[in-house]
Amino acid sequence: MFRNLHSKIAALPMIATALFIFVGCSLWSVFYSFTSSRSLPVEKFVGFDQYIRLFKSSRWAISIENVAIYGVCSLVFSLSVGFLLAVFLDQKIRFENTFRTIFLYPFALSFIVTGLVWQWILNQNFGIQKVIQDLGFEGFELNILSNRDYAIYAIVVAGLWQGTGLVMALMLAGLRGIDEDIWKAARVDGIPAWRTYLFIVIPMMRPVFVTTLVLIAAGIVKVYDLVVALTGGGPGVSSEVPAKYVYDYMFGRGSLGQGLAASTVMLTTVLIILIPWGYMEFGERREKKKPASE
Amino acid sequence: MRVSSRITAIAGAISMSLVGLAQATDLEVTHWWTSGGEAAAVKQFADAFNKGGDNWIDGAIAGSGGVARPVIISRILGGEPMGATQLNHGRQAEELVEAGLMLDLTELADKEGWRDFVRPSKLLDSCTVDGKIYCAPVNIHSWQWMWTSLDAFKKAGVDAPKDWYEFVKAAPKLREAGIIPLAIGGQAWQSGGMFGVMTVGIGGADLWKAVNVEKNMDVVRGPEFAKVWQAFSEARDLADPNNSIQNWNDATNQVITAKAGAQIMGDWAQGEFSVAGQTAGVEYDCLPGLGIAPVLDTAGDAFYFPKNDDPDVTAAQLRMASMMLSKEVQVAFNLKKGSLPVRADVDITAANGCMKKGLEILKNADNILPSGDQTFNSDTIGQLEDLSTEFWSDKSITPEEAQSRYAEIIESAQ
Amino acid sequence: MKDVKKRSLPVNSASTSSIDFTGPNGPKPKRVFSTRNIVVYGFLILAAMYYLLPLYVMVVTSLKGMPEIRMGNIFSPPMEITFEPWVKAWDSACTGLYCEGLKVGFWNSVQILIPSTVISIVIASVNGYALSFWRFKGSEIFFTILLFGAFIPYQVLIYPLVIILRETGLFSSLAGVTLVHVIFGMPILTLLFRNYFASVPVELFKAARVDGAGFWRIFGQIMLPMSLPIFIVAIIIQITGIWNDFLFGVIYAGTKNFPMTVQLNNIVNSTQGVKEYNVNMAATLLTAALPLFVYFVSGKLFVRGIAAGAVKG
Repeated sequence: MFRNLHSKIAALPMIATALFIFVGCSLWSVFYSFTSSRSLPVEKFVGFDQYIRLFKSSRWAISIENVAIYGVCSLVFSLSVGFLLAVFLDQKIRFENTFRTIFLYPFALSFIVTGLVWQWILNQNFGIQKVIQDLGFEGFELNILSNRDYAIYAIVVAGLWQGTGLVMALMLAGLRGIDEDIWKAARVDGIPAWRTYLFIVIPMMRPVFVTTLVLIAAGIVKVYDLVVALTGGGPGVSSEVPAKYVYDYMFGRGSLGQGLAASTVMLTTVLIILIPWGYMEFGERREKKKPASE
Repeated sequence: MRVSSRITAIAGAISMSLVGLAQATDLEVTHWWTSGGEAAAVKQFADAFNKGGDNWIDGAIAGSGGVARPVIISRILGGEPMGATQLNHGRQAEELVEAGLMLDLTELADKEGWRDFVRPSKLLDSCTVDGKIYCAPVNIHSWQWMWTSLDAFKKAGVDAPKDWYEFVKAAPKLREAGIIPLAIGGQAWQSGGMFGVMTVGIGGADLWKAVNVEKNMDVVRGPEFAKVWQAFSEARDLADPNNSIQNWNDATNQVITAKAGAQIMGDWAQGEFSVAGQTAGVEYDCLPGLGIAPVLDTAGDAFYFPKNDDPDVTAAQLRMASMMLSKEVQVAFNLKKGSLPVRADVDITAANGCMKKGLEILKNADNILPSGDQTFNSDTIGQLEDLSTEFWSDKSITPEEAQSRYAEIIESAQ
Repeated sequence: MKDVKKRSLPVNSASTSSIDFTGPNGPKPKRVFSTRNIVVYGFLILAAMYYLLPLYVMVVTSLKGMPEIRMGNIFSPPMEITFEPWVKAWDSACTGLYCEGLKVGFWNSVQILIPSTVISIVIASVNGYALSFWRFKGSEIFFTILLFGAFIPYQVLIYPLVIILRETGLFSSLAGVTLVHVIFGMPILTLLFRNYFASVPVELFKAARVDGAGFWRIFGQIMLPMSLPIFIVAIIIQITGIWNDFLFGVIYAGTKNFPMTVQLNNIVNSTQGVKEYNVNMAATLLTAALPLFVYFVSGKLFVRGIAAGAVKG
């Protein structure tokens, strides 16, 4: 009990956060998602009613679809573009620092800033559309912000602009971690560079890819600010996302139970992604760790 | 020495109590009035409150009610509320009142006789829970207006429309002249409100009541209501397909600058025309009830005063409530806001043409509708708004489909 | 900068993720105008343009007057440079009657940023140290929970946190929003420090134990002095993270404490009369200024910071 007492005291904030906030509050939210709570939490249980309503809601369906589109596009493009950028930067080029600085700076900006900038660039009266039309291409259309089918892609474009630099940085770090001997051996064997990347380097970088994947995935579920700043969920409800659904119902529409049901679904999704990853990453490494000191 | 110190002490005590009497209290007021006209109106409140020796701390939140309401509600739920806040009265705030989070204004209301002069009396009724008054209604707003730019129609070479049907006929001419027929912002409440206006205008007040108040499912699924959806579907074709505007007042600005022919928006749009220095009948015109059925609802804005432990704050809250309903402030505020005063006993000869039109209509009680805020809770209103804005932006949704989804929402409304 | 890094211990134990930009591995270039060079530089320059374009547009828009914006296109440089939008954005842009521009938000953000950064780093560094050298029964379990916490969607925790802050009387205060930042910063920072301290040789720790040093003395006299770089990394993570936050600010800070991002969104979304795009862009740049400054000054440490935050134990 008193062994490591100082350590236990020092870890109190962490223990409290882990137990009361991350576990306790999550359970609270799950608990009240089974109630008919409106503005205030009440213990009137309605079983799965909130969930039934949630999955009947077309706005929720659209939100899910959007987050799927955003997620798939983010994953595919940020991984591929980020990796390509890293590979190109890894070619013993000049100005590597300059290029890297340029690719990564948007990551220092908030989603609100990102959203507002792209809103301006995509503005159909002043933005890219107008500029290209003025160049003589009068039929040119790039009104993706006001087109319900494409608004979510505007969010994708802005999100990629903000986040690909991170992937590039992680990938570059991974590439630099590859032993020079492997390149030498590949060259001796006459294997072309692209094949070396594809069949030797990428498999070796598996841990980096997994980490990046998990990071992007966690970011995808949380996407909120960007939508608020760029489209406000519109036109109509065409670019709504789950995080915004929760927030709107929880506070704006006085339907707490509904908001919590939606947030519980989000939580479940995250756990489904996270648990296998955690198992993979931590399960197999445990033995390698240093033994605990006293 | 002893004497003088005693005197100082007494003098100090006196001056302290004097300060106590005239103490300036800071009250933070949250609202979502951020357009030019709205800001000018809210300034009337702030000035009057400050003149009384207190201090109005403005907590405006941009992005209209849809954005502001969550911030305001979470603030109240968080137990550290603002001094006063705008909220649409009606069922939205009901639960907060029932939870004992709002200040009871009954005593003040009785003393000043709100019941005697607030008109229509239902404005006060919707502030009332269990016989007690919890909010101060500050104006009468009605949604049922269409604002037309006379310049735009002149440019297009057609006569300015007198009603919705004429407007629809004139729309192609506007298009030819490069003018957007119908301006609208992208926020959900705007298409939601517009649909309500079209229900009254196209379908008539009885249909509106059957659908929204009596919740008569035969009517909601019936042919008369289908006509409204048909008209709403025509309306969405008149809007700019590339619309990127979000705020209602940016859309009003299109009408003011004759870039758009018309906008269906509540009478708060009036405030924007005034700020731009335009006169009704000269640069623009207003058509109540779409020019078809001159029926207005009498919704409005109201201020709630969250409960506070500090007696100074409570006193200041009561001073603010009293100020908001006082005669001079009612006139000054509403002239800027484009709305009508809630007091029957004030002189508004300074009102412009459109406001007078509105007053005339309201004289006949048959022309008054209850507002949606008072018949549904915010959850249901939110769903109806989602539906209308989804319909508006997604032309693959047919009017029939939308009508049946509308019916489902009404059926499940609590 | 390079020296600091060389001397410092690696940020992560996992070698695949340690950041070392010193030795590119690709094949060597041959001639200046080889096809390969054209492809490589062509691609990089195109990509650089895509990344720079928004920044360029922000800057030129913020320096133009409204008439010029209405006539011209967003890419053309300003014909007449004006700093008025900047002054207005900082000093007098309005939301409702509140015409204080962004300056209040800036100071609010500073007031949120400093205590949040300091407290969260103090707590996380002690956590990381305890988890590396003073494990106790259950410490790994708490750590795992904490890591999971990093991925819980904020929406799940928003409402219960409102209740907690209400009950503690911290809602709608700078202290409240600071607490929220400390909570949500804890997983990533604890991970960062834990990984760092895990790479410190155990012998060092054992020697100190033999000399009779206790928990706090070892932390203060041995661990702290050698971990300056990781502290800088942590500071960078927190500065950008907290400054850029929107959701917590809007819910927990209260109207008068709104951080800069929230006020930016407020200002941009309220128009009185015409929409002033130049003021909006100036405001956007002002809000972005601090993290950008930190980014450009910290250079490689920033990269290490985000990569370190990104990597698991």
